[in-house]
Amino acid sequence: MKKLLMSVAVGAAVVLAAGAASAQTTTLNQVKARGTLQCGSNTGLAGFGLPDAQGVWAGLDVDLCRAMSAAIFNDPTKVKFVPLSSKDRFTALQSGEVDVLVRNTTWTMSRDTSLGLEFGPVNYYDGQGFMVRKKLKIASAMELSGASVCTQQGTTTELNLADFFRANKLKYEVVTFATSDETIKAYDAGRCDAFTTDASGLYSERLRLTAPDDHIVLPEIISKEPLGPATRHGDNQWFDIVKWTHYAMLTAEELGVTKANVDEMMKSTNPDVKRLLGTEGKFGEAIGLPNDWGYRIIKHVGNYGESFERNVGMGSRLKVARGVNALWTKGGLQYAPPIR
Amino acid sequence: MSSVDARTSGAQGVGVEKPRVAFWNDPEKRGYIFQAVLFAAVIYFFWAAFDNARDNLVKQKIASGFGFWNNTAGFDIGQRLIPYETTSTYGQAFWVGLTNTLLVAVVGIVLATFLGFIIGVARLSKNWLVQKLATIYVEAIRNTPLLLQLLFWYNAVLKALPEVKESVAIPGGSFLNTRGLFVPEPVFAANFSWVLYTLLAGLVGYVSYGRWARLKQEKTGEQSPVLKVGFGLVILFPLAVYFLAGQPLSFNYPDLGRFNIRGGVQVYPEFVALVVGLTIYTAAFIAEAVRAGIQAVSKGQTEAAYALGLRPGPTLDLVVIPQAMRVIIPPLTSNYLNLTKNSSLAVAIGYPDLVQVFTGTVLNQTGQAVEVVVITMAVYLTISLTTSMFMNWYNARKALIER
Repeated sequence: MKKLLMSVAVGAAVVLAAGAASAQTTTLNQVKARGTLQCGSNTGLAGFGLPDAQGVWAGLDVDLCRAMSAAIFNDPTKVKFVPLSSKDRFTALQSGEVDVLVRNTTWTMSRDTSLGLEFGPVNYYDGQGFMVRKKLKIASAMELSGASVCTQQGTTTELNLADFFRANKLKYEVVTFATSDETIKAYDAGRCDAFTTDASGLYSERLRLTAPDDHIVLPEIISKEPLGPATRHGDNQWFDIVKWTHYAMLTAEELGVTKANVDEMMKSTNPDVKRLLGTEGKFGEAIGLPNDWGYRIIKHVGNYGESFERNVGMGSRLKVARGVNALWTKGGLQYAPPIR
Repeated sequence: MSSVDARTSGAQGVGVEKPRVAFWNDPEKRGYIFQAVLFAAVIYFFWAAFDNARDNLVKQKIASGFGFWNNTAGFDIGQRLIPYETTSTYGQAFWVGLTNTLLVAVVGIVLATFLGFIIGVARLSKNWLVQKLATIYVEAIRNTPLLLQLLFWYNAVLKALPEVKESVAIPGGSFLNTRGLFVPEPVFAANFSWVLYTLLAGLVGYVSYGRWARLKQEKTGEQSPVLKVGFGLVILFPLAVYFLAGQPLSFNYPDLGRFNIRGGVQVYPEFVALVVGLTIYTAAFIAEAVRAGIQAVSKGQTEAAYALGLRPGPTLDLVVIPQAMRVIIPPLTSNYLNLTKNSSLAVAIGYPDLVQVFTGTVLNQTGQAVEVVVITMAVYLTISLTTSMFMNWYNARKALIER
């Protein structure tokens, strides 16, 4: 019922408010006037967006919002995180409840074209996988015929799952839940043989099970899940800010600029570094920000590699390898257009 | 008296000539004008809201319209009463959700009515223990949120059940495990239709015999053995035909497979949890309505019936309950409506009802919140209005006809 009310409220908001807002004022001006960035985040996914014991949000997605806040306000804490279930996330963005949605959201053509959204650069390349109990003695997803699978509603996961079993002519039974919490609880209680979501999510959710060691992640990756930030269609300046915040973090990693050495790097003579940190050129102005926007991001949040290792990599509980998320110079897919 | 008053006042209205005034000072004409202005304002408000919504959706490049109805859904639904495939349309997904909602509503209403009447009568029992237990039940259930109760039932039901490999075999070929209850599926042979026909004929015979017996009793006071005749017509007669036709009914028994049980009919734990939760919750309210209805019949009615020589059974049957029903039916109707609407809480426990499937997955995959929510609200409105129409008709039939 809450979900229904939410949808109605959001629908009403779309009807009555959004048009007027999008007409004259840009998102950047609204954010500046408000003094905080409203960031749509996961309701709780370790490594991507989860409040810690002190209630401070942390994660790879969270860091992107903090970097934007640093670029705009020179302060990474001026972010209000709005936890959204996968069902509610797009309506919240469409209606203007959040300024940007950074919530491990898969970029697909239909979402990009028919929801009135723009998808930004991919901040995590993922793919869908399965988790099962070890005692079932299964080594491959192809052996899942007849299994029941728990998944979260309103996700690409739900569709990929159907595609996978259809393509391989396997039978299965799907049980869908509105939130990730309910889904993982039902799997833990034994309602399903398998649990499916993005591979990164599987490692993260496994930590929440009563006996994480009794479960294994199957090797198959059944889909492409490019996860990235989304903004409303039509505000190109705001979209540029989202894009270039991520690219600045990538460029910094590529150039070896870190949170620790950024002050020192301000004296660098390398033209690439100078343009990134704003000591040369007026790249900040072009997107409506001060010219030291790049410096602010690295100073407060760090580069992409630092964020990755801290949240999902070897410095975290998830211990995910960089894999396809390494820089292009190291055989990965993360590639930033040049700042010039 | 009153008719005379009406005539004189009418005569005054016609006879006295109205003073000539400007039309905006004429209360009657002014009334019409205000009505027209209000009507126009209301129409304009809805038109403006609709137009504004359409405008904004176009401006924001959000798809609108009902074209999505025939698009391929691409997702699966666990429990379905009508055929549905991954390649079916969103429209078909809507019907699957709707039938699931109706199933829960109908089963829930029937069970809640039975349980509610039992508890309601138990509340008035002379047995101290029974009466206290019923009171505790009503107070405990009425005063806790339904959502929590549903989560409790779902988790209680799930946690208590064994895994598939350790399925509990129930005598008669059924299995019980975390996937739900698997019961044998009846397979009807061609001859079975004869049994159905005799059953139908038996029912018609039973109803007409009952009516004839009642008329006879009203005329002569003689009672007829309605129950015995009914038993013969509805049960013995079809049973005899069943054996004569060569027992045309077999069962497809569930069979323990690698992950799951093959064959048979599966009753999903989500369904069980939802029906149990809704039934127990709504029964508490129905019980109160029943208690109130019975207590509304004054004691003098019972005493009068006893004085006429009626025994306690017929007294309850013929005197108390018909009068209590008049009081019970209106609140009963709103409880039925509540149960139907509360079934949308299914979303919390993964039962694929209309809200879960349609305003959940379909809304999310298509992104057309306005259309999907409007359709869903229209459906609930239709179900509720149909239910209350039927109950109003029933209420009118049961209403006290004063002579």
